[in-house]
Amino acid sequence: MSVRQALLALLEQGPMYGYQLRAEFERRTGSTWPLNVGQVYTTLTRLERDGLVAPVTGEPGADADGHVVYGVTDAGREEVAAWFTTPVERTQPPRDELAIKLALAVTVPGVDVGTVIQQQRSATMAALQDYTRLKRGRPSSPDDPADMAWSLVLDSLVFAAEAEVRWLDHCEARLRRAQLERPARDSAAQPPAAPGVEAQTDREGARR
Amino acid sequence: MTTAMTTAMTTAVLRLDSVTRVHGEGETAVQALRGVSFAAHSGELVAVMGPSGSGKSTLLTLAGGLDSPTAGTVSVEGTDLASLGAVGRARMRRTSIGYVFQDFNLIPALTAAENVALPRELDGESTRAARRLARAALEEVGIGDLADRFPDAMSGGQQQRVAIARAVVGERRLILADEPTGALDTETGEEILRLLRSRCDAGAAGVLVTHEARHAAWADRVVFLRDGVVVDETGTDQVDSLIDAGATR
Repeated sequence: MSVRQALLALLEQGPMYGYQLRAEFERRTGSTWPLNVGQVYTTLTRLERDGLVAPVTGEPGADADGHVVYGVTDAGREEVAAWFTTPVERTQPPRDELAIKLALAVTVPGVDVGTVIQQQRSATMAALQDYTRLKRGRPSSPDDPADMAWSLVLDSLVFAAEAEVRWLDHCEARLRRAQLERPARDSAAQPPAAPGVEAQTDREGARR
Repeated sequence: MTTAMTTAMTTAVLRLDSVTRVHGEGETAVQALRGVSFAAHSGELVAVMGPSGSGKSTLLTLAGGLDSPTAGTVSVEGTDLASLGAVGRARMRRTSIGYVFQDFNLIPALTAAENVALPRELDGESTRAARRLARAALEEVGIGDLADRFPDAMSGGQQQRVAIARAVVGERRLILADEPTGALDTETGEEILRLLRSRCDAGAAGVLVTHEARHAAWADRVVFLRDGVVVDETGTDQVDSLIDAGATR
């Protein structure tokens, strides 16, 4: 994850020390991706090594508790600008455990794919309900930019979960159709499927 | 605790008990619902999800008393709809059940307030009393100021708010919503769900039929329907395979 760029972007608004950076990051993302403060300091050290941030000297009151306050350098500012003007790379799809699991479920004998799909759909639906509950507790048009930021992050989670459910629906529909077509192809002597199923396929066929 | 109290607490606003609905006869018979049991309580929003042909619309028309089950019982506020007869069911629809449709179904020649007042007036209430209730219902859904507008002078979201006001006007506690956000954009649709949710939080029982997971997520429970059978519910452990469902049943 681009913790590096996110911290740089936060520092562009003004010098901060590690704990402040972590708090600001989490305020905008609703603690969706919790950062530990060690991670923040490691990143700051690397950013300093690369000349993108530098300790700020003479910041009023900042060092009373011994915190090192960092500010962004000119090179850092350029990196932030480049980050915002470059699309996130999509060439390498992130590893998707669910897609991998389903790909194996349809090929490994003895796995009940239908149950795999429904269990996942229920679990994803439950997560979607949780996100929606979080949304319900919030005003629909927040004025605070940080509130808006978190609300958009929440929407992103909602849309991703929704996409997963739609994909599962799609997998299920395709597998069902494949299963219903198989006996018809293999032999005409096969007993017909249950009436409800037959009618369902007919109707689906008519629609498509 | 008295028996009466227990009964009051456990009586669902809507209850379907082993409901089966078969359309047609003989070889062409279609089992739209097969032994479905389902309940919605006061304060609860239940979503019913399933693909086209899964039986979710049949479930809603049965719950609304617009159709009768082939077997099993449908009860609203503890009354078996079959025991009421056609006249009694029509009365139940006007007094206890509110419908919200995808395309709003408002009468274009009537103002918002008149649309909302109509079911009360049909029920024999005086025009004045019905209009007063209608204005109160429109206030509750946040569009009290649009009471005298005609539907075509309102946005889709506003029209759906009128439809929801019409569904809850008076003492009605059962709201049946069939894809209520289907004709609305994402943000307006979300406002409508927020409103539906708040009506349920205020004591109504809601049934929301949808094929969109994002909308179903506003419900307390999500029921998955396939081939006329409830296969799963969020918050329960029971899961049936959906791919083999047709072959084994």
